[in-house]
Amino acid sequence: MTTLIIIAILPIVLLYLGLFKAHKLLLPVTIAGLLLALGSAIWQWNNGAVPIYHDMMLFDNFSVAFSATAIVSTLLILMLSKGYFERISNNVAEYLAIILFSLAGIIVMVSYYNLSMLFIGIEIMSVSLYILAGIDKKNFASNEASLKYFLMGAFSTGFLLFGITLIYGATGSFNLEAIRDWAIAHPRGINPLFHTGIILMIIGLCFKVGAAPFHFWTPDVYEGSPTLITAYMSTVVKMAGFAAFLRLFSVSFGPLADFWMPTLLVITIVTLFVGNLTALYQHSFKRMLAFSSISHAGYLMFAIVALSAGSGNAIFMYATAYCIASVIAFGVLILVQQQLGGDHFECFNGLSKRNPFLAAVLTIAMLSLAGIPLTAGFMGKFLMFTGALARFQVWLVVIAVINAIISIYYYFKVIIAMYFRTAEHDELTVPGYYQFVLGVSALATLIIGIFPALISNRI
Amino acid sequence: MESLTQALKVVPLNHYILLSAIIFSIGVIGVLIRRNAIVVFMSVELMLNAVNLLLTVFSVYSNDPNGQVFVFFIMALAAAEIAIGLAIIVMIHRNTNSIDVDILNRLKW
Repeated sequence: MTTLIIIAILPIVLLYLGLFKAHKLLLPVTIAGLLLALGSAIWQWNNGAVPIYHDMMLFDNFSVAFSATAIVSTLLILMLSKGYFERISNNVAEYLAIILFSLAGIIVMVSYYNLSMLFIGIEIMSVSLYILAGIDKKNFASNEASLKYFLMGAFSTGFLLFGITLIYGATGSFNLEAIRDWAIAHPRGINPLFHTGIILMIIGLCFKVGAAPFHFWTPDVYEGSPTLITAYMSTVVKMAGFAAFLRLFSVSFGPLADFWMPTLLVITIVTLFVGNLTALYQHSFKRMLAFSSISHAGYLMFAIVALSAGSGNAIFMYATAYCIASVIAFGVLILVQQQLGGDHFECFNGLSKRNPFLAAVLTIAMLSLAGIPLTAGFMGKFLMFTGALARFQVWLVVIAVINAIISIYYYFKVIIAMYFRTAEHDELTVPGYYQFVLGVSALATLIIGIFPALISNRI
Repeated sequence: MESLTQALKVVPLNHYILLSAIIFSIGVIGVLIRRNAIVVFMSVELMLNAVNLLLTVFSVYSNDPNGQVFVFFIMALAAAEIAIGLAIIVMIHRNTNSIDVDILNRLKW
C-alpha cells in the first residue's frame, strides 16, 4: 500500500516542481521517488498479506513481484527520457507526472481483489495513456494514435464493464473470492448471465493486452506514439494487463476452466500467427516491434490457457525478459531515430562499424526476444512451454515452436543489417545515461538467462 | 426509498436485462458504423449508461448497495474520459479541420 501512496504523491510533487520551474530537479526526484517505492514494495515481500480495505486490494507476493518489475522497467524507460521530452515541448513535468499516474493505475491493476478495483486501475492507466499517445501535438501520426487508442480503449471498457455487470448479476458480488465460491457452488449447466459475463470480460481484456482478433489498434498506436511512450506501452502496460488477466482467471474463474479454455486457446493461436506473419512484411523497425509485441502477447497467453500454480511464475519470468529486451530495442531505436532520422531497417546498416556497443546490446536484445538459449527470453519461453506441456497441450506447443522459428527471421534481419551491410553514415554518439541503461539491461538479460533461479520460482 | 425499490421491482428483472442489452447493442453498432468521432464517442457513452442501468437494477433486486456504488465509479471515470476524449478531438480538429474517423488512415501496413 505504501508503494501505491508514494507513486500517487510523486507526480503531484513533480507538477509543483514544474510550476516553480525547477526543471533540473525533475528527473532526479522522479528516480529517487521510484527507488523509494521499489524499496517499499520489496519490503512487503513474504509478510503474509491478507486482503485489505474490505477485501478491495491484496498485496501478496504476486502483486509485489509485478509491481517491482513495473517500477524497474519504468525507471529504465524514464532514464532514457533525459533530453527526449524537451524536443516535444517544455511541459516535461506534466509528461513525467502522467506517466507516473498511469504507473499508479498499474499498481492497482496488479493488486486488485475486487472487480471495482480492476476497473478503476485499468481506467487510471488507460486515461493517462490516451494523453501520452498524443503528446506530440503537431505530429499527425501521434494525433491519430491518440484518437484510435482512445476510441478503442473506451469501446473495450464498455465490454469489460458489461461483463463485470453480468457477473455481478449472477453472483451478487464483485469480490473475487465470492465469485469463485459461487462458481464452485454451481458447477453444472450454463448460467446465461455468468457465462456471457466471462466471455465479455475476455473480449475486454484481450482488447487491452492487444491479443488477436482484437489487436488491430496496436500497430497503429505503437507506431504513431512517440517512441519512448511506445516503449512504456509495449512493456509495462502489457505486463500489467497480463497480471490482471491472470489474477482474475486464477482466483475467480479457475473452476470453470473447461468453459473458457477453448476460447482462449483459439485466441492464443490466432494471436501467434497474426503477430509473427505480419511482422515478416514490415520495413519499419518500430512497426516490426509493434507486431512482435502482439506475438509476445500470444506467448504470454499460454500461462492462462494452461492455468496452474506455476502460471504466475511463468508470466513473471516471460514478462521480465520481454520488458528488459524491449527497453534495449526501443532505446537503440530512439538513438537511431534522433541521429539518422528514420526507423527503417536500412538505418541499422553497418551499425557494428559505427558503434559496436549499440550493435552488441541490440543483438542481445533480439536474441532474447527470439528466445535463443543463454538469454532471459529463452528461459521465459521454456517455462511457458513446460507449463503448457504439463497440461497436455502438445499441439499448442508445436504451433508455438513453429512461430518461434518464424520470428527468428525478422529478428535476425536487424542483426544481419547491423553486421553484414555497410552504409555511408557517420558515427553514432551514445550519451552516458543511455550507455548505463542499455548496458545494465543487456547484462540483466544475460544473467537471468544463465542463472534463471535468481528470479524464477519466487511467486 | 423503500417504495422506490418496490416500484422498480414491479417490472420483471428479465425486461431490464433485455432493455440494457438492446441499449448496449445500439451503442456497439453506433461505434462500428458511424464515422463522426463525436457520434462514435456518444455511442460509447450509451454503452456505459446501459451498464449503469443494469448495475442499478441488479443492485435493487439483490438488496446489495455495492452495485450502486460501482455506478458512481463508472460515472466519475466516464466524466474523466469525456474530458480527455474531447480534448483529443479538438486537437485533431485543429490539425485537420475534420473529425471524420476515415481520414485517420495514414498509418497502414
